[in-house]
Amino acid sequence: MAKLIETTPCAGLLPLSIGGVNIHEINLGQVTLVAPYAGGAKATSDALKAAIGVTFPKPNRTNGAGPRAIWCGLDQALIVGGACPDLPQAAVVDHSDAWAVVRIEGAEAEAVLARLVPADLRASVFKRGHTVRTMLVHMNVGITRVGASAFEVMAMRSMAGTLVHDLEQAAKGVAARALI
Amino acid sequence: MRVAGKGHTDAAETVHFTFDGQSYAGRKGETLAAALLANGVKLVGRSFKYHRPRGIVTAGSEEPNALVTVGTGGGQDPNVRATTLEIYDGLEVRSQNAWPSLKYDMMSVNDLAAPFLSAGFYYKTFMWPKAFWESLYEPVIRKAAGLGALSGDINDDIYEKAFAHCDLLIIGAGPAGLMAALTAGRAGVDVILADEDSQMGGRLLAETFTVDGQDGADWAADAVSELAAMDNVRLMTRTTITGAYDQGTYGAIEQVGHHVARADAPDLPRECFWRIVAKRAVLCAGALERPIAFPNNDRPGIMMASAVRSYLNRWGVAPGKAVTIFANNDDAHRTAVDLIAAGVKVAGVIDVRADVQAMGDYPLYTSGAVTATKGRLALESITITHAVGTREIRTDCLAMSGGWNPTVHLTCHMNGRPTWDETLLSFVPTDGSIPGLTVAGAAAGHMSTLGALQSGAKGAAAAVADLGVTAKVDVPTAEDDPYRIEACWQVDGKGRKWLDFQNDVHVKDIKLAAQENFRSVEHMKRYTTQGMATDQGKSSNVAALAVLADATGRGIPETGTTTFRPPYVPVSIAAMGAGSQGHGFAPKRLTTSHHASTGRSAPMIEAGLWYRPSYFPAPGEKTWLESCNREVGYVRDAVGVCDVSTLGKIDIQGPDAAAFLDFVYANTFSTLRENRVRYGLMLREDGHVMDDGTTARLGADHYVMTTTTAAAGQVMTHLEWVAQALRPDLDVRFASVTEQWAQFAVAGPRSRALLNTVLDDPITGEDWPFMSCGAVSIGGIEGRLFRISFSGEHAYEIAVPSRYGASLFRLLVAQAEAMEGGAYGMEALNVLRIEKGFITHAEIHGRVTAFDIGMDRMVSRKKDCIGFAASRREGLLDGQRERLVGLRSVNGTDKITAGAHLFVEGADAVSDNDQGYITSVCWSPTLDSHIGLGFVKDGPSRLGEHVVAVDHVRGVTVTCEVCSPVFFDPDGGRVRG
Repeated sequence: MAKLIETTPCAGLLPLSIGGVNIHEINLGQVTLVAPYAGGAKATSDALKAAIGVTFPKPNRTNGAGPRAIWCGLDQALIVGGACPDLPQAAVVDHSDAWAVVRIEGAEAEAVLARLVPADLRASVFKRGHTVRTMLVHMNVGITRVGASAFEVMAMRSMAGTLVHDLEQAAKGVAARALI
Repeated sequence: MRVAGKGHTDAAETVHFTFDGQSYAGRKGETLAAALLANGVKLVGRSFKYHRPRGIVTAGSEEPNALVTVGTGGGQDPNVRATTLEIYDGLEVRSQNAWPSLKYDMMSVNDLAAPFLSAGFYYKTFMWPKAFWESLYEPVIRKAAGLGALSGDINDDIYEKAFAHCDLLIIGAGPAGLMAALTAGRAGVDVILADEDSQMGGRLLAETFTVDGQDGADWAADAVSELAAMDNVRLMTRTTITGAYDQGTYGAIEQVGHHVARADAPDLPRECFWRIVAKRAVLCAGALERPIAFPNNDRPGIMMASAVRSYLNRWGVAPGKAVTIFANNDDAHRTAVDLIAAGVKVAGVIDVRADVQAMGDYPLYTSGAVTATKGRLALESITITHAVGTREIRTDCLAMSGGWNPTVHLTCHMNGRPTWDETLLSFVPTDGSIPGLTVAGAAAGHMSTLGALQSGAKGAAAAVADLGVTAKVDVPTAEDDPYRIEACWQVDGKGRKWLDFQNDVHVKDIKLAAQENFRSVEHMKRYTTQGMATDQGKSSNVAALAVLADATGRGIPETGTTTFRPPYVPVSIAAMGAGSQGHGFAPKRLTTSHHASTGRSAPMIEAGLWYRPSYFPAPGEKTWLESCNREVGYVRDAVGVCDVSTLGKIDIQGPDAAAFLDFVYANTFSTLRENRVRYGLMLREDGHVMDDGTTARLGADHYVMTTTTAAAGQVMTHLEWVAQALRPDLDVRFASVTEQWAQFAVAGPRSRALLNTVLDDPITGEDWPFMSCGAVSIGGIEGRLFRISFSGEHAYEIAVPSRYGASLFRLLVAQAEAMEGGAYGMEALNVLRIEKGFITHAEIHGRVTAFDIGMDRMVSRKKDCIGFAASRREGLLDGQRERLVGLRSVNGTDKITAGAHLFVEGADAVSDNDQGYITSVCWSPTLDSHIGLGFVKDGPSRLGEHVVAVDHVRGVTVTCEVCSPVFFDPDGGRVRG
């Protein structure tokens, strides 16, 4: 029987440690895109709550700590870190392999992302659990604050190399400033 | 000349730098201008047009003359202001616009020819013969004019772009800005304080004022320390706000690394271009002192009075040994007071006013004017008239002041116009010019230190009050001297009276413009070039329009100003394009098989953002065509494997999914059975073809659509538009799954045999007929299999979750190679599809209809779809339209080219005779002939006819036979086999 071997999106690219930041790849496990049908929002949210303990998130928010629901667009959320229950009133799409996900953390993480991302990620505005769909240079990404100085960045899997390249260049520039 | 006991840089380390190859010592961190003056260097550049010797005029970013080039090679920076460049050990600087040397400049002959080179000279002189302008005049003039230049080499320096957000942006950190920042910072709002200088404090660093009884510079340093300790305040030095834009967005350029040797910080960006989004802003940009236009007022050694104080008080440098001062206001007298206190001789103060008292022990000449100056490379003496006569005074530095212009620039960036203030004799900002921005300090016309502090505090308090925060206004004591000034724009006398030092515009040029009826201030600017180039007339504009007002018999407010546009200071293109070189130009989308392909030395071609292998060279093959022919043979004779993951894949679900597809596709999908695939054609609203692809029905309410690689984003956007705007009644959801699945074409007579070596359960022809699809398992991994073909052969596409893509590709290729097949790339894929007459976006390029490509019957008459109505228009169903055909080189061996146009044999190859054009071509190893696809008027009726393909670009003419676009296996027997 054929045997297939897994490769992660950022294989060979991460981890990196530059100046005040560490960047490493995150495996979110099962990732499911959920988009409730017309009138199905409440039933979907209730079913999620019953099965994995998280409700369907409001725009720009995430819910949950173990299994999480990450808002990712108009009436769409990603259920990550756990199996998604049957949701008869929603479209359910497997996205476990669609994303390159990296975690950037450290004292300069915000400064590094400020080189790349137009969204306001200040801690006073963008708190832990907040998420935003935005641009990282030329790429569509989702960014979630997962700690006081830690962010999760999700980009298209095929762009993993560019994601790491852009983060690395920005981190180098920020690190160089600290030296003068 | 250093002045003992003066300046704030006593303790700085000594560094060495070179100017035009000559080595000098200076103090680390001081400006190049300060260091040159300390070394007695007065001549630093040549002027733009007449190549007149010029020196340092100012001590800030408004400097018109002292522009230098830093460095060599790709990183060479031209037109750097000596007045802002901080020196460091090893800095190499060159003067500009002079040859062979700064002292002996050949082009200064222009100055002798000045009577012939007045404003408008070029326009009047170089008019004929017309053809000479581009070929002769312009290149010669361009060579003669200009300042610094780029090297033309690739610049490897690092530049950066960044974003920042705050509640309150404070622009400028002089007394007003510092006070505003203290007021807002103490109130707890998020503040960004930006200043273009390396040190915050503004004029407090350059004057001898006291604040709260403390030395002004010390007070500023204390304020900066307090601000630096606040978490809610961000201090940005060396950062100039360059533009004000919509919705509280400001552009800014930060000089990050220009004051550091590259070798000391190789990763350090040179500059960073910021976009700062602020809820409110306070403009505390101060004011710029303006010159007076007196005869030959441009000699090295003549500078602004405020600049003399800056060099003396901040940098501890006296710009001359015997200084004279020419002014129309009280402020300038402080220059004399400060110089005398520092032990520098003041040879006289010439004040245009009659009733003015000396502020110290210096000769004062009232009702005075400077009427002549002497000294070729440096000022030697001046001639003055005054209340009781004329005299000549020996002087090596003349400090001039025609008053102050509030820095209103940013308030004009959204089309605001400043207001003329008769008391200040200056333009001041007009309220509300930039939404959310208030102006404070000298920028708003508050000329005393106390006025600046008070308005800064009040401005900030008002701004944060807007945000619902109360700030306490607590202002220290400071001088509050009145600002006394009398108008004086120009002085009569023999010789040119310079206004724009950078562009060599003088009073007579302005008068000539008025005389020639370029009376509007904007016309005058274009006619004379007043206010153009790197300083944008910061110090000269107001004086120039005062002269224009006088020449046209109008007042200054009626004359108005030219438009101030961003950027406030020059911003290098490198900073605005930061990060966009190399990999930063665009994201690279790599397939899961990318490394396997490059490992086989496959050259990559770009398809949208994707990288796809062109071909896989085998040992001994010398050309791409050899590889391509071999790979075509794999598919026709054995089995080939190709990564097709780049095609757009859109998952469509919902109770109305079928109805939705019927609406977006020209043909019908509601009738498609589950586990079956159908080819679909999508039209635009205008009835022309948008995209094509196959869509599989995975369940009753579940489809997967494929799009072409390049149009995936466009189709997704289109579907969103249709669902949200046109058919919100349909309950349907879609999601891109392009990235989720790695998908590979397995094509050729042995495709099924190959698949059966990797699938857990073998497939048969009966269970898997052409256009079937379903779930399969590979090593226990769930995948999807589609029996579809883009080559005309018995073929499949197999999809697995992307994490297994790299592994499956290697496995499939290894198995194919064991069956006398292998991997194939885009070149072979293209040949295979042309042989079968399958279209791509080369054919459906946006101007063709379903009728044109022979697919009109696919446009269902039983339902409505996007583009249906338009596709029925008479003109779009006209048989005479250019329609899809195949084209075969008549002798088989003549190469035909894509882009060639088609003509009837014997007809002239001109557009009137155009019969159509060729869209795709290839060498077909299967048919042993050059073939192509194209569009010919009424093509399907002309099969067998000969046409001539003429490619004017490549110079190729070939006779072709018009034939069916399906060259190979027209019955389709192989695909079902």
